[in-house]
Amino acid sequence: MNVPRPAFDPAVLPAGGAAADDSHQHVRFGDGLALECGAVLDELVVAYRTYGRLDADRANAILVCHALTGDQYVAEPHPLTGKPGWWSNLVGPGLPIDTDRFFVICANVLGGCMGSTGPRSTRPDGTIWGTDFPPVTIRDMVDAQARLIDHLGIDRLFAVIGGSMGGMQVLQWAARYPERVFAALPIATAAQHSAQNIAFNEVSRQAIAADPDFHAGHYRDRGTIPARGLGVARMMAHITYLSEEALTRKFGRRLQSAPASPAAGGGAGLFGEMFEVESYLRHQGSSFVRRFDANSYLTVTRAMDYFDLARDHDGDLASAFAGTFTRFCVVSFSSDWLFPTAQSRAIARALNRAAANVSFVEIDTDKGHDAFLLDEPDMHRTVAGFLDGAAIHAGLRPAPPGVAAPGPRGKAP
Amino acid sequence: MRLDQKLIADMIAPGSRVLDIGSGDGALIDHLFRTRQCDARGIEIDMAAVTQSVAHGLPVMHGDADSDLAHYPDAAFDYVVLQRTLQAVERPREVLRQMLRIGRRAIVSFPNFGHWQLRLQLLTTGRMPMTTTWGRPWYETPNIHPCTIRDFFALCAEEGYVVEDWMAVDEAGDRAPWRRSVRFANLFGEQALFLLGRRG
Repeated sequence: MNVPRPAFDPAVLPAGGAAADDSHQHVRFGDGLALECGAVLDELVVAYRTYGRLDADRANAILVCHALTGDQYVAEPHPLTGKPGWWSNLVGPGLPIDTDRFFVICANVLGGCMGSTGPRSTRPDGTIWGTDFPPVTIRDMVDAQARLIDHLGIDRLFAVIGGSMGGMQVLQWAARYPERVFAALPIATAAQHSAQNIAFNEVSRQAIAADPDFHAGHYRDRGTIPARGLGVARMMAHITYLSEEALTRKFGRRLQSAPASPAAGGGAGLFGEMFEVESYLRHQGSSFVRRFDANSYLTVTRAMDYFDLARDHDGDLASAFAGTFTRFCVVSFSSDWLFPTAQSRAIARALNRAAANVSFVEIDTDKGHDAFLLDEPDMHRTVAGFLDGAAIHAGLRPAPPGVAAPGPRGKAP
Repeated sequence: MRLDQKLIADMIAPGSRVLDIGSGDGALIDHLFRTRQCDARGIEIDMAAVTQSVAHGLPVMHGDADSDLAHYPDAAFDYVVLQRTLQAVERPREVLRQMLRIGRRAIVSFPNFGHWQLRLQLLTTGRMPMTTTWGRPWYETPNIHPCTIRDFFALCAEEGYVVEDWMAVDEAGDRAPWRRSVRFANLFGEQALFLLGRRG
């Protein structure tokens, strides 16, 4: 690798945000990246954020992998929306992923739109990749992250953690770099994207492609963005993240007055009213298009669809983990119908077949797939306890005093 | 930790790989890791207990004896433990076979249906017996496959398992003194604890 190692002190994020890719803290690898599809990226940029301090022996690093529409701003306000980091209830000082104890790294995925190389990046000829960006896979994303981990001078990650597509990356890390992953925490995920999930993604992609502002992916050249299509894609996908119970609990059949302008899309209801759930989804759609790029959405959903870890190991998921020494904790949610518990159980059983050390918990909740992002006390206890147990086995220094570590045995949780 | 768990722990060599089926709150695997440096893992059917165990840093997975043992490779463990659960599984014989496939040894405890109080109650009242050990009425008990100590010896003989050690245990989980005679143990032992090995 021809990249100098030591320079990883935070290149501080300039205020003002995301117009240019360079505005995010990043590292540039001039030797590029060979992709699974056979294409080679001449140059690789990985945008990332870190929290906490790396120990002298570089043993306390945790890599957090983000989901489809996530980004590297895991535990700090988002530079575009100003909203709290997407896992700020889980990652931070004294929290289950304790930044007083661990050095937490989160990188924007390859193909993303928050500074890492993706469809918004510039090609060597100076033009923007757009839809010509080569197809990437979860494995490519993990390879890009591995370059970052090399750059940070870390041989072995104490833990790799992620939910949904982030969980796919966790599994891929454990399968591809087993000696570099001490503990793996795949949450609300699957070892292969199901036909149903591919189908949902395809509807999202078709919504984007059908937007006249999409211009076959060259919308930036035309000075437009396919906001309507991307918004609909997000609305549809968001339904799959929730559960019927959660929707009923949050919105029921309640009505509210419809916006005066029909620009919000779709005519008003019977008496100038609309259902609260409609309003909520429209808001989800419209706020999403301000921070996400349509071509990235296409690229990253494709990467999820291609993911099939067993296929890469002669159809046997257990052989993906053969001989592993990684400690696993597989977590699912009872009301998650997008990545149902059965898929997590399949992962756990494959790990059993590989004689791996595996914990497997299904968290009882009505919040659906989204639960992995929410304040779920059982999940937080599980993450904290698993990391604490793994830290003992890894010989890490104990949690600093005063920090909410799991209590002694027998105490009520 | 219950007294009978202490007896179980005493049967396990330090540094072993152990699978505890029905690990409950994880007390046994916690003890085996902390005091015997075992690689001890659990399977538990009650999700609240699983979450509690994992939240204490213990490697426990949600599952049950009937459906999850088949997914482990041969000889993955030195000991496979089944505490007070054999009488409640769907297919006890198959569970024992799986235990001795994935483990070199099996440690099994179960409540003894041959205890004199049960015999006497059934004889004198003609109703299904109820004792402290067998505390639930017939229509709601999870204990669908009760057996006696002699039944268990017979099954081990039939299946070709070597009984390396056995003892009767009282309700509190302490060791009962009926070791010399299977008949006495079967009459006075409230529970039984067996250490099984494979033949050859």
